[in-house]
Amino acid sequence: MHDTAPALELHDLTVAYHKKPVLWGIDLEVPQGKLIGIVGPNGAGKSTLIKAVMGLLPISSGWVKVFGQPLKKSLQRIGYVPQRESVDWDFPVSVMDVVLMGRYGRLGLIKRPTKEDREVARACLEKVHMLPYANRQISNLSGGQQQRVFLARALAQESDLYFMDEPFSGVDAATESAIITLLHELRERGKTMLVVHHDLPTAREYFDMLILLNMRLVAFGPTSEVFTNELLQTTYGGRLTILSDVAEAVKEQRILR
Amino acid sequence: MNDLIPEFDFARVFIAPWADGAQTFIWIALMGFFVAAACGLVGNYLILRRMALVGDAISHSVLPGIAIAFLLANSRSTPVMFLGALVAGILTTVIIEVIHKKSRVKQDAAIGIAFSTLFAIGVILISLYADKVDLDAECVLYGEIAFVPLAPHVQMFGLPLGPEPVVRMGFVAALTLLLIILFYKELLVSSFDPGLAASLGINAGVMHYALMSMLSVVVVSAFESVGAILVIAMLILPGATASLLSQRLPVVLLLSGVHGALSSLLGIHLSIWLECSMAAAMVVMGAALFVLAWVFSPGAGLLATWLSRRSKPVRLEAAPQPAYGR
Repeated sequence: MHDTAPALELHDLTVAYHKKPVLWGIDLEVPQGKLIGIVGPNGAGKSTLIKAVMGLLPISSGWVKVFGQPLKKSLQRIGYVPQRESVDWDFPVSVMDVVLMGRYGRLGLIKRPTKEDREVARACLEKVHMLPYANRQISNLSGGQQQRVFLARALAQESDLYFMDEPFSGVDAATESAIITLLHELRERGKTMLVVHHDLPTAREYFDMLILLNMRLVAFGPTSEVFTNELLQTTYGGRLTILSDVAEAVKEQRILR
Repeated sequence: MNDLIPEFDFARVFIAPWADGAQTFIWIALMGFFVAAACGLVGNYLILRRMALVGDAISHSVLPGIAIAFLLANSRSTPVMFLGALVAGILTTVIIEVIHKKSRVKQDAAIGIAFSTLFAIGVILISLYADKVDLDAECVLYGEIAFVPLAPHVQMFGLPLGPEPVVRMGFVAALTLLLIILFYKELLVSSFDPGLAASLGINAGVMHYALMSMLSVVVVSAFESVGAILVIAMLILPGATASLLSQRLPVVLLLSGVHGALSSLLGIHLSIWLECSMAAAMVVMGAALFVLAWVFSPGAGLLATWLSRRSKPVRLEAAPQPAYGR
């Protein structure tokens, strides 16, 4: 019934901290089955956007619909990968415990994870090549491994729409390519992913569509259409000279390849 | 022998209490254990949520709650006290958050403001209505666990259970354990990753206030009979000690119970030896166990770290991150 509804629909979304608007009148209609990057300068409200959409921050005005339904009805279809630094990695839990948290939304109050939940969690760990670490305490992991544990947890949520907050920040090259492979696989299964990303050159390679954000929505569309000097200039303001150099460098690199 | 320290007589310190006074000491030991277990269980979550000081705050600010509840209801019955403490505990949490969020004052300072003010109000209330309030600020602060066996014994279904404070504390400890078992995963995810918890539909605010309510109930039921010193110490010491010994939450919770039992027993014997306050002796033994764990913990202990540093001179905590698929 709602299968053709947009994965995410925002209308006039405004978010403010202490009466200071951080996001202003965002209108957005995100189709299903796409890998979408959210890019913009620091303080552009990239993380704020996904947090507000998921209901983690209060919305000043506007509304959010997920698969044509209000947010509260679609919580189970949403998966979340927070910034890696947002949690205490000395917490006394194992890798398995963290991945199992992805199942909590399906379990409901009081119920414990079942054998099946553990099977799902193991399969998800296998997907990110972390199964051998299942019983490790999380403080013994490297940055890339931590990120892959978070991804495994998101996979365990078995959602249709994923929000990921800078999954590529501070990870090694191998993890980065492992994540990309995983995201492509999810896309092939019809999942929709919104990924906060701060590296412009790779943004162009990785994503089908881009949301260019700087407090307002600058542009949203297929990467080939919106990754233009003019739109990036509008998004990043004066700092773009450096960025366009980088973009140029990447372009040349691609030709060399 | 040194006059400052009473002579250590093994028979007097370790044998006599259980030979002659088992009826008395079993209740003290049980009370100490129940207090340490209930406080330790809640305390573990306070530590994990970096809220250890909030426990300190609430254990002070329940005083006005108890006083006002007493003045309003003119009764010292348990439900009235619990209700007063509960309201005061939640109010403290709210005040801390309001100060922290609506002003530039940071959270630790907000905690200091909230609990000292509420505690002072409690002291004023008690001295103002001293003739009407059968409460003593002194007693609340330094309540003495040694008097616990003297409290009236209670019965249930005709069976003698034990002194009222011990039975009440046992019930609260059991309730705490039950709630932690039932809501284990909700507490876990909201403590570890509030963002994920919220995205799963688990209300972080509800969990926060539920934990604070539990804390208030634990504090007030322990307070009157054992005093604030033991309560505050047992909110932090068991969890801190256990966290040095294990990195698995269920094991940490279990170990904090063991820590509680040991500090209670050892504290009784220390206080018999030194003829000092039992609650204080229990705290000192709890701290001694913490130091032991700190030095001798197989994974994180000073000794283990020192030994491994000797064998591998370049082993640093912040070693470069290992490559993928190592």
